[in-house]
Amino acid sequence: MLKIENLHAEIEDKGILKGINLEVKAGEIHAIMGPNGSGKSTLASVIAGNETYAVSEGTITLDDEDLLDLSPDERAHKGVFMSFQYPIEIPGVSTTNFIKTAINENRKANGLEDLPAKEMLKMIREKSELLEMDRKFLSRSLNEGFSGGEKKRNEIFQMAMLEPKLAILDETDSGLDIDALKIVANGVNKLRNKDNAVIIITHYQRLLDHIVPDFVHVLYDGKIVKSGGKELAHELEEKGYDWIKELA
Amino acid sequence: MSLQEKLISSFMVLENQGKLDLDSSIHDIRTEAISVFEKQGFPTKKDEEWKYTSLKSVLKHDYSVFPIAENSIEFKDVKKYFLHEIDSYKLIFIDGVYSSYLSETTHDGYDICLMSSALKKPKYKMVIDNYYNKIVNKKESVTNLNTAFSTEGAYIHIPKNIVLPKPIQIINFYTGNEKEILLQPRNLVIVGENSHVQIIERHQSLSSNVVLTNAVTEIFANKRAIVNYYKIQNDHESASLIDSTFVQQKESSIVSVNTYSFGGKLTRNNLEFYHEGEHIESHLNGISILNNKQHVDNHTLVKHQTPNCESFEIYKGIYDDASTGVFNGKVIVDQEAQKTNAFQQNNNILIGDRATINAKPQLEIFADDVKCSHGCTIGQLDESALFYMQSRGIPAKEAKALLLYAFTNEVVEKIKIPELKTRITKLIASKLGVKLGFDM
Repeated sequence: MLKIENLHAEIEDKGILKGINLEVKAGEIHAIMGPNGSGKSTLASVIAGNETYAVSEGTITLDDEDLLDLSPDERAHKGVFMSFQYPIEIPGVSTTNFIKTAINENRKANGLEDLPAKEMLKMIREKSELLEMDRKFLSRSLNEGFSGGEKKRNEIFQMAMLEPKLAILDETDSGLDIDALKIVANGVNKLRNKDNAVIIITHYQRLLDHIVPDFVHVLYDGKIVKSGGKELAHELEEKGYDWIKELA
Repeated sequence: MSLQEKLISSFMVLENQGKLDLDSSIHDIRTEAISVFEKQGFPTKKDEEWKYTSLKSVLKHDYSVFPIAENSIEFKDVKKYFLHEIDSYKLIFIDGVYSSYLSETTHDGYDICLMSSALKKPKYKMVIDNYYNKIVNKKESVTNLNTAFSTEGAYIHIPKNIVLPKPIQIINFYTGNEKEILLQPRNLVIVGENSHVQIIERHQSLSSNVVLTNAVTEIFANKRAIVNYYKIQNDHESASLIDSTFVQQKESSIVSVNTYSFGGKLTRNNLEFYHEGEHIESHLNGISILNNKQHVDNHTLVKHQTPNCESFEIYKGIYDDASTGVFNGKVIVDQEAQKTNAFQQNNNILIGDRATINAKPQLEIFADDVKCSHGCTIGQLDESALFYMQSRGIPAKEAKALLLYAFTNEVVEKIKIPELKTRITKLIASKLGVKLGFDM
């Protein structure tokens, strides 16, 4: 589904990604781990289309279609979703109105009519229940005054509403207490199917206890220096990242 | 002949024709006003209060000064300019002349009627003597010009203990039957103790012929009165407006003046509040959304001269293309006005590369036990918010419009008439070129 080849990206001429190769197939969960500053969040941002980073080399394709030529919204229309590490506050737009707009824009781009209001409401109810969200958050301004955990839950709620083909969860576990972590993980697990895929970007192992990855990759200094199965995450938890630096 | 000279000679002609209430005290007020105007002339950019607004381009026209014939328009042609979803009193003027068939006035327990009759009929004399031209800023030459010439407008006098059952709409239509016209409506609003009034005011040109409106409104809110005044300024680009509104508030009254400037060539709003009593609340809310070469100047003054009063001012502006905005918000807290709480906020977003805003908060505080705050920002759209919205599938154009819409939302939320809130929401959405799939 997703194929990244020799990806190089930089910000203000400073190289951050230095030749990433990654293939994610439908139905798979990949975890990308690594120490701070290794380029994990940059990788997520580049896939989602953040223009702060310039791609200097390499390709990213989704189902053989070049993503790099597409704007962030066009990538979303193809089924790319990124859960932000730091979700943005948008005063004046309620969560409900925001997600309605997003869903109908995605539908429009894919040649569909607006979702009838009744179905929209039903879907909002189901997905917010799945994430055990307090309904009052839905009518409040998007993320404004939300706690870190509430913001993350709201991200996964939006993901549940948009039903992306490829979801990238950027440090979704940070700011979540253990109960919220379980709810979010449960939500992600319920949304999984054989046709979609998830990339989890995390510093720690704990989210991976609840969303079990098929593959774990270790990113260091802009490159994937080691890949393995879920046991690699445990190894990193035990040994830390220092031994990885030796591999680079 | 300059416009100033033409106006002064027109005044004499009208006087000779007996059109300016020769035998009343109003005539003295007019005579004084025209002589002050003659000395002052129109303001220029050399005047500190007009530094960022030049009237040059609007004064170069050969305006007809006094409307003569009544021009008629069909309701169906102008229905969209009414807030027709709700029942209301209506004071409708066409080219400065009262239109009885479009209006709905009353004298039943309170007066919602015409300035022209209030100025002439003996039964209003006492009220006129007590209130007319009492709180206008006589240093302002354009206000004096209005005082000299104005014969028509809304006269609203609500005695005490009345909650008006429906809002009042004041609409000034310009047909464009005159090629270039100067109109000078004058409104007087007196709200008695404990009474409650909502007013919606609009100036609307129906053609692309040139119109300059120089309007003056005086609002008196007696003890515990509540007045909500809404000004919709969404006119053609051939229409210019100088609007001067003066508010005097007595003890425990609450007055809000809400100004929505979305259109017109040049708009200047002078808005002044004077406190006379304790526990007064004043609200000044404004949204300006401009494009092309439009110009809007919001000049406000809140004069706290009594203790324990509050004022809340919030103006938001969005400037596209080569439009220009001015915000000059003056708050004066006299020495006697202890325990004043004065809040002022002015936020601006520049979208157009050639757009300009001149923002000038001015606080003059002479009391020591007060809470006064002001904040002024000038910025551009938040790139990280745009990326966030795009990453959810909302295209850049829609995301920008939605962000701008959200930026104004804080002020829209203050509208107390739901149908008006919907209307303003739609006007904003259309001005921003966005189709909202929901009600905010």
